[in-house]
Amino acid sequence: MNHANNTGATSSSGSGDAANQRRTSRRPKYSKFTQQELPACKPILTPKWVISVFTIIGVIFIPIGVASLLASRDVVEVVDRYDNACLPSNATNKDAKIAYIQNRDTNKNCTRKITITKDMNQPIYVYYQLDNFYQNHRRYVKSRNDQQLRDKGKANETDYCDPEKTTADGKPIVPCGLIAWSLFNDTYTFTRGSENITVNRKHISWKSDRDHKFGSDVFPSNFQNGTLIGGKTLDPNVSLSQQEDLIVWMRTAALPTFRKLWGKIERDLKANDVITINLENNYNTYEFNGKKKLVLSTASWLGGKNDFLGLAYLSVGGLCFFLALLFTLLYLIKPRKLGDPSYLSWNRNPAGR
Amino acid sequence: MKRFVYINDDSYQDLYCDNHISNTKYTLLNFLPKNLWEQFSRFMNQYFLLIACLQLWSLITPVNPASTWGPLIFIFAVSATKEAWDDYNRYVSDRQANCKAVWVVKNGVRRNIQAQEIRVGNIVWLRENEEVPCDLVVIGTSDPQGICYVETTALDGETDLKTRVVPLSCVGLDSEQLCKIKGVIECPNPDKDIRRFDANMRLFPPFIDNDTCPLSINNTLLQSCYLRNTEWACGVAVYTGNETKLGMSRGIPEPKLTAVDAMIDKLTGAIFLFQISIVIVLGFAGNIWKDTESRKQWYVAYADEDPWYEFIIIPLRFELLCSIMIPISIKVSLDFVKSLYAKFIDWDEEMFDQETNTPSHAANTAISEDLGQVEYILTDKTGTLTENKMIFRKCCINGTYYGSESGDALKDTQLLNAVTGNESPVIRFLLIMTLCNTVIPVQSKTGDITYKSQSQDEDALVNAAACLHMVLVSKNGSTVGIIYNGQRMLYEVLDILEFTSDRKRMSVVVKDCQTGSILLLTKGADESVFPCSYRGQQIRVYVDAVEQYAQLGLRTLCLAWRELREDEYSKWSKLFKEANSSLIDREWKVADVCQRLEHDLEILGVTAIEDRLQSGVPETIEMLRRSGINFWMLTGDKQSTAIQIALLCNFISSEPKGQLLHINGNTEDEVGRSLERVLLTMKITSSEPKDLAFVVDGWALEIILTHYKEAFTELAVVSRTAICCRVTPSQKAQLVQLLKSCDYRTLAIGDGGNDVRMIQQADIGVGISGREGLQAARAADYSIGKFRFLKRLILVHGRYSYNRTAFLSQYSFYKSLMICFIQILFSFLSGIAGTSLFNSVSLMAYNVFYTSIPVLTSVLDKDLSEKTVMQNPQILIYCQAGRLLNPSTFAGWFGRSLYHALVVFLITIHAYANEKSEMEELSMVALSGAIWLQAFVVTLEFNSFTFVQVLAIWGNFFAFYAINFIISSIPSAGMYTIMFRLSRDPAYWITMFLITGVGMGPILALKYFRYTYHPSAINMLQKAERSRGPIYSLANLESQLRPVEKDVAQFVSNTPKMRNPVYEPLLSDSPSGTRRSSLPSAFDIFQSAQSRLSLSHARNIKDN
Repeated sequence: MNHANNTGATSSSGSGDAANQRRTSRRPKYSKFTQQELPACKPILTPKWVISVFTIIGVIFIPIGVASLLASRDVVEVVDRYDNACLPSNATNKDAKIAYIQNRDTNKNCTRKITITKDMNQPIYVYYQLDNFYQNHRRYVKSRNDQQLRDKGKANETDYCDPEKTTADGKPIVPCGLIAWSLFNDTYTFTRGSENITVNRKHISWKSDRDHKFGSDVFPSNFQNGTLIGGKTLDPNVSLSQQEDLIVWMRTAALPTFRKLWGKIERDLKANDVITINLENNYNTYEFNGKKKLVLSTASWLGGKNDFLGLAYLSVGGLCFFLALLFTLLYLIKPRKLGDPSYLSWNRNPAGR
Repeated sequence: MKRFVYINDDSYQDLYCDNHISNTKYTLLNFLPKNLWEQFSRFMNQYFLLIACLQLWSLITPVNPASTWGPLIFIFAVSATKEAWDDYNRYVSDRQANCKAVWVVKNGVRRNIQAQEIRVGNIVWLRENEEVPCDLVVIGTSDPQGICYVETTALDGETDLKTRVVPLSCVGLDSEQLCKIKGVIECPNPDKDIRRFDANMRLFPPFIDNDTCPLSINNTLLQSCYLRNTEWACGVAVYTGNETKLGMSRGIPEPKLTAVDAMIDKLTGAIFLFQISIVIVLGFAGNIWKDTESRKQWYVAYADEDPWYEFIIIPLRFELLCSIMIPISIKVSLDFVKSLYAKFIDWDEEMFDQETNTPSHAANTAISEDLGQVEYILTDKTGTLTENKMIFRKCCINGTYYGSESGDALKDTQLLNAVTGNESPVIRFLLIMTLCNTVIPVQSKTGDITYKSQSQDEDALVNAAACLHMVLVSKNGSTVGIIYNGQRMLYEVLDILEFTSDRKRMSVVVKDCQTGSILLLTKGADESVFPCSYRGQQIRVYVDAVEQYAQLGLRTLCLAWRELREDEYSKWSKLFKEANSSLIDREWKVADVCQRLEHDLEILGVTAIEDRLQSGVPETIEMLRRSGINFWMLTGDKQSTAIQIALLCNFISSEPKGQLLHINGNTEDEVGRSLERVLLTMKITSSEPKDLAFVVDGWALEIILTHYKEAFTELAVVSRTAICCRVTPSQKAQLVQLLKSCDYRTLAIGDGGNDVRMIQQADIGVGISGREGLQAARAADYSIGKFRFLKRLILVHGRYSYNRTAFLSQYSFYKSLMICFIQILFSFLSGIAGTSLFNSVSLMAYNVFYTSIPVLTSVLDKDLSEKTVMQNPQILIYCQAGRLLNPSTFAGWFGRSLYHALVVFLITIHAYANEKSEMEELSMVALSGAIWLQAFVVTLEFNSFTFVQVLAIWGNFFAFYAINFIISSIPSAGMYTIMFRLSRDPAYWITMFLITGVGMGPILALKYFRYTYHPSAINMLQKAERSRGPIYSLANLESQLRPVEKDVAQFVSNTPKMRNPVYEPLLSDSPSGTRRSSLPSAFDIFQSAQSRLSLSHARNIKDN
């Protein structure tokens, strides 16, 4: 009896008389946002969609991979590790190596010969590569003061520069900090036969660094004056913005193996050219088993020789094709009807019903 | 402890506080310390503060301290501002109340002062429609009888007018005298009971008798009420300021913690432990590496002599690096989305009740997720399931049934004839209906009489009597005017023996002004009235009538009367007065005295009042039960009525589908045995596809709760449905407590003051803003206009809220863990020294900005449309069982964060090796990779995209580039030119594509595989909904009724909680049951619904 009344009431209450509606002030204001009814697109993972996504990824990735790999293969790279080769023959154990490298009076000149494997077109970049050198060590990477480098008046700003802040008598070191102190100081000269190959050592650093980070009126002072000498000394008459080796060095590397630009050779080298390198083996990597390498390399649109991107793209592209194929097969062998409510566990009657 | 209020005497008034109201939590001075103290009492904030303080030590901090201090200060500022704003609003409203001008008698003259200057003992003058500034004892009104009317909506939410009377000794004083009146009021110390004021008043000479005069709540005007329909009134201030009844009852409710929040806290704790272990391991490894390797690295220049604290430096650095594992943004994000959930409830048009013009309201904005996880609903009956709109339907007078055929006694010619025929039992019956109540007739200017009453039943009775020509026309003080058949009769009400829930009856003593005889008129529940009948009366016929009416679902009241002898009355009257003026145990003493008068009554008859079911109740209950929620009905009504209503609204099924088990008995042993029997039956039949329910009444429940709590708990866990009748408010609360102690999420829904305790006790309290006032709605976390909105509240709002929060919280951890893992991986390449790969700006922006904004739009995400959820309420089980946020889903996110960190890191260091491995560049490449992945992860995890979401995800993505381009163009920034260099480098973009492809490919494949070959019910419905539109599975309706329980049982057993199997449907053993289930028909339900009404089923139930 009541049942019928109630159902009737439900249906009629929804409509509501218009007059009443206008009178009500407490009715929530209608908007699509407040009613959570904003038009929405509701994509679902249909086989068609997923399979085509994977196919498209494959189609895009494999050409990119091929292009990257080709670019990387185009790059000619000649690497010469010289840290052990340039030791005197009597320096066999570690202590002897360290004694050799720390002795300022010994002649550290060394000559290396390298053969160019393929034609190299200019510009040819000359890098030095250090292995197992932690420029990213917490203690090292923070040990610098950018304000001091930029601004002439802030020579006394040596915060964070521990332990290379000041000289023993308290004068501020410019540039202060461990990074500058440990500046790389091997030098190279290149000859082909009897002909000197000039290496352009200008503009090897970032232009933005020269213009904005290192002041053109800031000059080194009290640098490498302490008892312990780290790396290269700087000419106190050349402003920091001209000290490009320092600028390059102070762009710290994020990885323990890194290359830094030393110069550019602006002429072509031919295959089978033998280049003689006269180098000064000054920098101490023997103490921590670091390696030193000299690298001559051309560059492509993707940078130096690095097969990683190309290989990664090819394998990812291949995997996507494989997945697309697998899903297609699965879809054909074991098709699932979309949205069949009979799959719902509460709609699936137990056997015997 | 008592307080003595000396009326109009300035010398005593300094004993108590003035009427300065202060609801503010803070003052200007203590705001900062108090607010900070409060915020820092939370663990998360303490943690962040510790981290922020550690970062001030430049030796260990990997990043600028600003990266933690900034967000921390921001978060604190936000919540402090919110608090301050709220407090300022309170202060403003307080000031308004405090500065309001009121008329107060000072030194015998009326003066206009500010409300805050009122002192205890002052006489306050009020005019019509003014708000009462403090608690007053009324001593004079414009009405010669000393009556005034107040509206107490602000106090208890009841909208009807209440009568307040001047105490006897003050009646008749004119305003001149009132200004000079002196006396003392002896009253209890301030408390918060707004229904009770047990006090005495004694006036000093020369004012009339020096007798003590009892005062009750009827003599008071409480703060925040409004004076209505009365020209003026004056009263003595007894409680002022924050000591008023209203002020005392203002408490800060205990904050409720949702299950989701508890789970997030648990996960946070786990992450914290994980972080500590990482810190210990890496710190240890870092120290070893330092001693073996770094000492050889001359360029790092470690000193030979370490400071003593050297060994903790590396662990502390890692602690700081890993501190972002616990995202600082999660609290703010959650607060934001939760308040939006609450707003969505407030805004919901479909939960707006047109009839009463009430929108739904979420008073508690923090617990919306819990709505989706409700397991038990405890519901009140009257006013919650029913409309609480009482209609007089039938009656039985002197053994004659009226209204049996037509269903409406008012149209029964037999009764009308009896009225016109002046049959004396009928007349007396009508007289009780008219007189024995607290209804106030209000005569409008046109002469129409309307009735204001606190009880819907009384209203129905008076209206019915008026239809039967016995019209209550006036109530002036104690004189009641009645017009019967055009003839005016006067009665003097001598005493009112009030209704209490213990006595369950009320009486009035009236003097017939025509004949001078004194009558006792009683009405009440059958079991409290029948025992008072005179010896020898045949009450059998009335017992039958009550039984019969109850089975029809009608509410019954028994009416009885007795003529009193003059001397008997006067003797009793003295006792009654004494009891009424006692300060201790007044209620009990009054009840005892009333008992002495209410005996040897003559039962006149039984009234039957119909309380109709609210619309949509059966459907709502049906739907919520299908979603796996268990229902308990807790009602003060009698058993048979409750059972009948329960049948009507699908609460229980009739035989043979359902079975009702009774727990009864009068003694401890009987109840115990009965309980054991029911428990045994429950367990045995739990394998049958029957809807089992148990019924227990208040008396048995009392015994059970004191003696057999364990067995009852066991029963409560097994039983999906229960009906508890004749229960008191405190028992309701106890039952909630019992279910909560079994670790169930409970929702209590009710509409009246008797449900308030249950509502406050439950995990979620829902109040129906109904006819019994707003008391329940005020105490509740959510208030809705009608019971049927509950299904939308739970299935739509609760479910969405849970889903969204589950995603949001886990995602917040995921993105923080991911950036943290990258840092940890990097530390292996930087000598385990705790170098941060990312700079301060990037780290701060990553957590607070880049990854927080897009995910906030998950508040608009809908996995299924509202319609689909409503059609398949079973889907709620995913929320109930907490399947979207638990340790195993979290493990998935954890694994994903590790995988993504590996992808980003390994690809970055290989693509940017050798000459490209510049720190700033590499860091930006890794960060960009992380941002790219975030955009795609959020896109993949969202189910629906409105323009807001698309805008947030991709707008944020482009904002990342815009911001970094801007920073890259500032020469002094560490990142100067970095972004420009990178964007010109094709390798950068190729690396980004690679990271995205490698990062998302497997996730897409896995998701697709699971979606297609191991779909969850949600996935299936998504597919159904989007491929073919909503499914109307009429054919499945029938089968849904049964197997859902099995499903629930399976789901339930998967939940982490240990729980007994709830229900295991097997083959039905009853022949009719088999037939029914073998004929799946959509009409089956309706058929059975009809058959439920038949009496035979009801009898079946009784037989059990």
